[in-house]
Amino acid sequence: MPRPDLVNEPGAPTGGGRDPGLAAVEAGLDALDAPAPASQGRRGWRRTLSAALPPLLALVAFVAVWQALWASALWPEYKLPAPLAVWNVVWEAFREGEALGILWTSVHRAVIGFLVAVVVATPFGLLVARVRPVRSAIGPLVTGLQSLPSVAWVPAAVLWFGLNDAAIYFVVLLGAVPSITNGLVAGIEQIPPILPRVGAALGANRWESARHILLPAALPGYLAGLKQGWAFSWRSLMAAELIAVSPQLGLGLGAFLQHGQALSDMTQVIAAILLILLVGIGVELLAFRPVERRVLRARGLVGVL
Amino acid sequence: MTATLEIAPPQSPASVAVRLTDVHKSFGHGPQAVTALEGVDLRVGLGEFVCLLGASGCGKTTLLNLVAGLDEPSAGDVVTHTARPAVMFQEAALLPWLTAARNVELPLRLAGVRRDRRRAKASELLELVRLREVGDKRPHELSGGMRQRVALARALASTLGAADEDAPGLLLMDEPFAALDAITRDVLQAELLRIWRATGTAVLFVTHDVREAVRLGQRVVLLSSRPGRVVQEWPVDGLRGAEELAAVEEINARLREVISTHAAA
Repeated sequence: MPRPDLVNEPGAPTGGGRDPGLAAVEAGLDALDAPAPASQGRRGWRRTLSAALPPLLALVAFVAVWQALWASALWPEYKLPAPLAVWNVVWEAFREGEALGILWTSVHRAVIGFLVAVVVATPFGLLVARVRPVRSAIGPLVTGLQSLPSVAWVPAAVLWFGLNDAAIYFVVLLGAVPSITNGLVAGIEQIPPILPRVGAALGANRWESARHILLPAALPGYLAGLKQGWAFSWRSLMAAELIAVSPQLGLGLGAFLQHGQALSDMTQVIAAILLILLVGIGVELLAFRPVERRVLRARGLVGVL
Repeated sequence: MTATLEIAPPQSPASVAVRLTDVHKSFGHGPQAVTALEGVDLRVGLGEFVCLLGASGCGKTTLLNLVAGLDEPSAGDVVTHTARPAVMFQEAALLPWLTAARNVELPLRLAGVRRDRRRAKASELLELVRLREVGDKRPHELSGGMRQRVALARALASTLGAADEDAPGLLLMDEPFAALDAITRDVLQAELLRIWRATGTAVLFVTHDVREAVRLGQRVVLLSSRPGRVVQEWPVDGLRGAEELAAVEEINARLREVISTHAAA
């Protein structure tokens, strides 16, 4: 390709006789105007440390307050057990292998329920977002379902399916599907209208436009929906396990919590709550956070993540 | 029409890139219908640079959409004798999740071009807009002017790089520099002229800036507003210095006249 400056427009208002040449001016502008590259910050273990330290400190403070309240003996032991007593219950449960069984029962249910919800909600969301009649018909319903606590479905599920896994999955699906659907719909709605036009101008047909433009453009909203969908799966599962307790259902975290209540064992109740929280935080940190961070960073949308 | 006599018959596809014949376009129905274009006749020759000038509401964008095939005229004919027309908008509208090079590759990918050909073509086009080194950067890491040049490379890819490689190109530009600062705009105008000469593509350039139109175009076509009609056109190819200023003055005066007729209505 002819590189030399074939344009030194005589009419161009570059002034004077000493024209540095278009290429040079342009290179200068590029250097001046390009946004400064985002600083990478500290790397490796230092970054991990600086990210992990504040929550760790908060945790220590929380336990300290708890310990102080317990030591002040304002409440009887069966209402407020010592942190150490709760820790012993958790530790025992892990040492005897019971905890892993409980966690496995609940987590695998939640994961399967969540994955099924993704498979159901994704085409459903596309349909609601892109087909106007579908949207006016069931859009409000989907939003409404999101505000209905899924625990409300437990009695119906038990009556329809009996005390079995089907009832539990039904509740989990009804909890997660509306969230994921709504996330995808919101993600598609927030696409700048210029992008589909660009797709059409570049020659994309309907399918290619969905594949190359709409879905990637909706990804941040979709991810937010997935994250919320997971949270709703997990909560719904806990609600279902807490209410629908039966030997056939095995011992999940919800049932473990329910047993604690039945035995008036506050240490077990608190241990169960902590384990439920631990799973929620763990999945968020290990699965969703890295993916979300990577997606947002690639688009220059680095928030406070 | 232009003053030059054509040797080839007027309908000959050999010399015409786009021809619009008595094109009408209205939106809506019944009494609320809005007429955007009314009886527009326009011809852009192969490799010609035509600037469409007009105030707001003159249907410039509508006209480009018709030529691009993004919309259908209500009446009249739009005939193009080129490869798929490429469109460039006021915003760069790059896909933020793709690198600059991948953005340029996208139209080639949609046209089913093989990966290695795509890569080669994209880096060639980035070289053309003098951005070869930033191919693996994402849009948010580029300045506004750089983004607009990537968009230009992408538009060129969609008209020059697709399957019918030998077909002449047609570049439709909808106020592509309007959102840029004055210095960048000035540089990009020169850059566009250079690329136009290097590629030989026809350009239909929409603007509301008379100076820009006179500087860039070989021909300036003035549209009236609501509904859009061709009011007058001027050959402005190669005008320099005093002649260029005179042309800007004349076209400006006519533009003001056209706009002032709307005050009475």
